Amino acid sequence: MAVTTKQEWLERTYQRSKERPVRFSTLSDLEVEPLYTPEDVTGDYGTALGYPGEFPYTRGVYESMYRGRLWTMRQFAGFGLAEDTNARFHFLLGQGQDGLSTAFDMPTLMGYDADHERAMGEVGREGVNVTSIHDMARLFDRIPIGKVSTSMTINCSASALLAMYLVQAERTGVPWEQVSGTIQNDMLKEFIAQKEWICPPAPSLRIVTDMVEFCAKKAPRFHPVSISGYHIREAGSTAVQELAFTIADGLCYVQDAVDRGRDVDDFAPRLSFFWDLHSDFLEEVAKLRAGRRMWARLMRDRFGAKNPKSLMLRTHAQTAGVSLTAQQPINNVVRVAVQALAGVFGGVQSMHTNSMDETLALPTEQAVMVALRTQQIIAEETGLTNTIDALGGSYAVEALTDRMERDALEYIRKIDEMGGMLKAIDTGYPQREIAEAAFLYQRQLEQGIKTVVGVNKYQVPEEITIEVLKIDPVIEERQIQRVRKMKRERNSVAVREALRLVAEACRSGENLMEPICEAVRRDVTVGEISDVYRAEFGVYKDPGWI
Amino acid sequence: MAKPGLDGHDRGAKIIARALRDGGFEVIYTGLHQTPEMIVEAAVQEDVDAVGLSILSGAHMTLFPEVIRLLKEKGAGDVAVFGGGIIPDEDSAKLKTLGVSEVFTPGASTEDIVKWVREKVQPRQ
Repeated sequence: MAVTTKQEWLERTYQRSKERPVRFSTLSDLEVEPLYTPEDVTGDYGTALGYPGEFPYTRGVYESMYRGRLWTMRQFAGFGLAEDTNARFHFLLGQGQDGLSTAFDMPTLMGYDADHERAMGEVGREGVNVTSIHDMARLFDRIPIGKVSTSMTINCSASALLAMYLVQAERTGVPWEQVSGTIQNDMLKEFIAQKEWICPPAPSLRIVTDMVEFCAKKAPRFHPVSISGYHIREAGSTAVQELAFTIADGLCYVQDAVDRGRDVDDFAPRLSFFWDLHSDFLEEVAKLRAGRRMWARLMRDRFGAKNPKSLMLRTHAQTAGVSLTAQQPINNVVRVAVQALAGVFGGVQSMHTNSMDETLALPTEQAVMVALRTQQIIAEETGLTNTIDALGGSYAVEALTDRMERDALEYIRKIDEMGGMLKAIDTGYPQREIAEAAFLYQRQLEQGIKTVVGVNKYQVPEEITIEVLKIDPVIEERQIQRVRKMKRERNSVAVREALRLVAEACRSGENLMEPICEAVRRDVTVGEISDVYRAEFGVYKDPGWI
Repeated sequence: MAKPGLDGHDRGAKIIARALRDGGFEVIYTGLHQTPEMIVEAAVQEDVDAVGLSILSGAHMTLFPEVIRLLKEKGAGDVAVFGGGIIPDEDSAKLKTLGVSEVFTPGASTEDIVKWVREKVQPRQ
């Protein structure tokens, strides 16, 4: 007799057959049922999903999605001197990439000049060094800033870098109103996960909000914050934690600007997001869909946002660096392809695909090309872009989307109870939740409950044979000499005066961006602006929670 | 357990610190963004038997030897120094000739690391 309910089916099936003795759970360890049916999907179509381009945007933020326009293929690049990265930018643009994405080195990211003692050994190594406006000019040499949108991954020193980018635009004849791009500038997730900071959380948030306000007025096509789950996930969180903490960070930024008296619809349309794309395909698709629905509802219900653009969660995404293996590195090409597919089924607006060699070093040109080609193959060979939200309506995907939304909202409720994300960070709540999840995953890996091919299963004796990018140590010395020469030759009176005005704005509460733009015009460096922050706001110290 | 350099990748350092603590060791974690001077000062002050350095920024060839030099300078040259992170094989070999006892790279299990510390680190006299 035919079964009529899921329960009957489960009973019948488990009487007849046994399952393999493994744990059926997502990568983040959410238990997964063997089958989903219409019984698992609640909510009516219009309320829970809606059409693409319509509230709550579960099926996508744009009406025609990839039939109208493909996602932006944006490979993150940066190493060595500004000239080296400029050459890589030209190479990527020549290969059909449509946007740029800049990786800075650790000294730039942490607000130290190349000639600072803390920069020793790190200049140009993990990204490109930009100490002054002159480096910014070299980095964007022969690149039309008014036409190519650029993303800059930088946070605690972002104010200085944004100023340099705008001044570079001004000097090449591009009005600020035409400058488009994104600066990561998400300080909350720095304290939670990526751990690049200068001053404590409260003044860090103030600087971010200054930039949000400034861009809304002066550079309206620029995205002043990219609210990032990527680093939260890479630090070891679950997919639900990534979703929850990222949305909670976004709510905190919106609240801060609203508390200053800004109309939510003035700035919210320029907020964008950045998700991780991990290997558990359905979990990632569900996460991206749940995120859009949550953001739309929270923005409408909590802040009364009316402009549809304020409600739309538009996002960049990057495949999971942490999933790549140093062992049998060519396998990483397959991981990246699957993760990128999740991004496409999840409806992202722009994407970076990692290169197979990135657990070993920064990527070689050949490895970057394979990564970019992966996106192009998905976009143009597979037919997957023909249908919008092709997985929408899948019982499994909808059930998982609902589940992740429910669990993430529970986290957000807890964070609200603590008084918001700034308070939660002070108590170390998200930091500890992530460390706990990272430790549990490591345990599961070592116990063989979770598998990483080539690492805890199917290992082979091997020597790594793929070519890796080497950074010449001479680069550091050259950059230090160049910075020292620039500092000797500039007008030191003008520099001191500019720095005094930045310090004064720190104290008075006046928006910091105008004085910082003026400072970088006078050759003031990233480190010098950061030193003003250190002096005025104090230096944050890692509490070192294990 | 220490994090030299400017990078903020502390996932590994925290997992190792916790695994060693669960393995019965007393562990002091310095937190992020430490200079070699800060690490050596903490090591001497806390009278540790070993220093574990975790780094993922690529600056290991500068920072690891500096920690070893400063330990020697402070009369603590017998403190075992081991490390982990994204460290190419040829750098790892060089670091060992410079006095680093062991280098763990991606894929090393916490079990192996705890075992290594138990077997190879001698309590200081």
